[in-house]
Amino acid sequence: MSMHSPIPPVIEAPRSAPGRPRRSRTNTELYAWLFMRISGVILVVLVLGHLFIMNILDGGVQRINWAFVAGRWASPFWQVWDLLMLWLAMIHGTNGLRTIINDYTRKDGTRVALKGLLYTATTITIALGTLVIFTFDPTLN
Amino acid sequence: MSTDAPAAPAQTTPPPVAKKSRKPAGTLYRGREGMWSWVAHRITGVLTFFFLFAHVLDTALVRVSPESYDKVIDTYKNPFVNLMEIGLVGAVLFHALNGLRIIAIDFWSKGPRLQRQMLWTIVTVWVVVMVPGAFFMFKHSFELIFGSK
Repeated sequence: MSMHSPIPPVIEAPRSAPGRPRRSRTNTELYAWLFMRISGVILVVLVLGHLFIMNILDGGVQRINWAFVAGRWASPFWQVWDLLMLWLAMIHGTNGLRTIINDYTRKDGTRVALKGLLYTATTITIALGTLVIFTFDPTLN
Repeated sequence: MSTDAPAAPAQTTPPPVAKKSRKPAGTLYRGREGMWSWVAHRITGVLTFFFLFAHVLDTALVRVSPESYDKVIDTYKNPFVNLMEIGLVGAVLFHALNGLRIIAIDFWSKGPRLQRQMLWTIVTVWVVVMVPGAFFMFKHSFELIFGSK
């Protein structure tokens, strides 16, 4: 027994706002769509693990201080964990916000300005976070 | 030019008409669970992303001095901020579980048909995880407010 409808569904093309180019010669949007799913699965493990360790396990946020971070980042395992989490979460979130800007902005100028702000903030944040993980000195105390 | 060209074959069979249904095709993201989970996914995503900027900045203080880092991290231990952390964990957990549901809708052949059941499944998982999660996250704040610590 088949549950499928005999009529193929007709779905309007999404994001077809008037006056915007709908066709592209590249597959950028396909790769962005795929990246969201692949990075999403990895982030489920990295972020939920991070939240469990930092907020719930063994006293949660109350036990976190500089020495706690120093102890964790003395291990390359947690350095790689945090580095991967930083890059994937930032790119995943930036692409999500890019989609939202594309959906809700009505003027080209607004869209360009918001995306410019977004990409600038993302670049600075990824660079800062990476620098901190790589140049952190656990013996500073 | 002759006008007695063969006429187009008369349409004897009417085009198939969809069976009258209250629910038109292609409504996965229109109304009810499909739409509201999409709205919640956007809101929780934006919320998490904006917190991420602040969180990278506060963590960057480990590079400045142990004192400055500890001072800012103490903010997170305040009972009111602690409540907002529970909210953030709830938002991230919903976004994670619903993200897995979206992947199932996109890649699993039965996904679109079971999307509603999958939403109520993840909502149940969310409640089952959040009840003990919120308890352990707020335990210290509770003891602080009601004086046993």
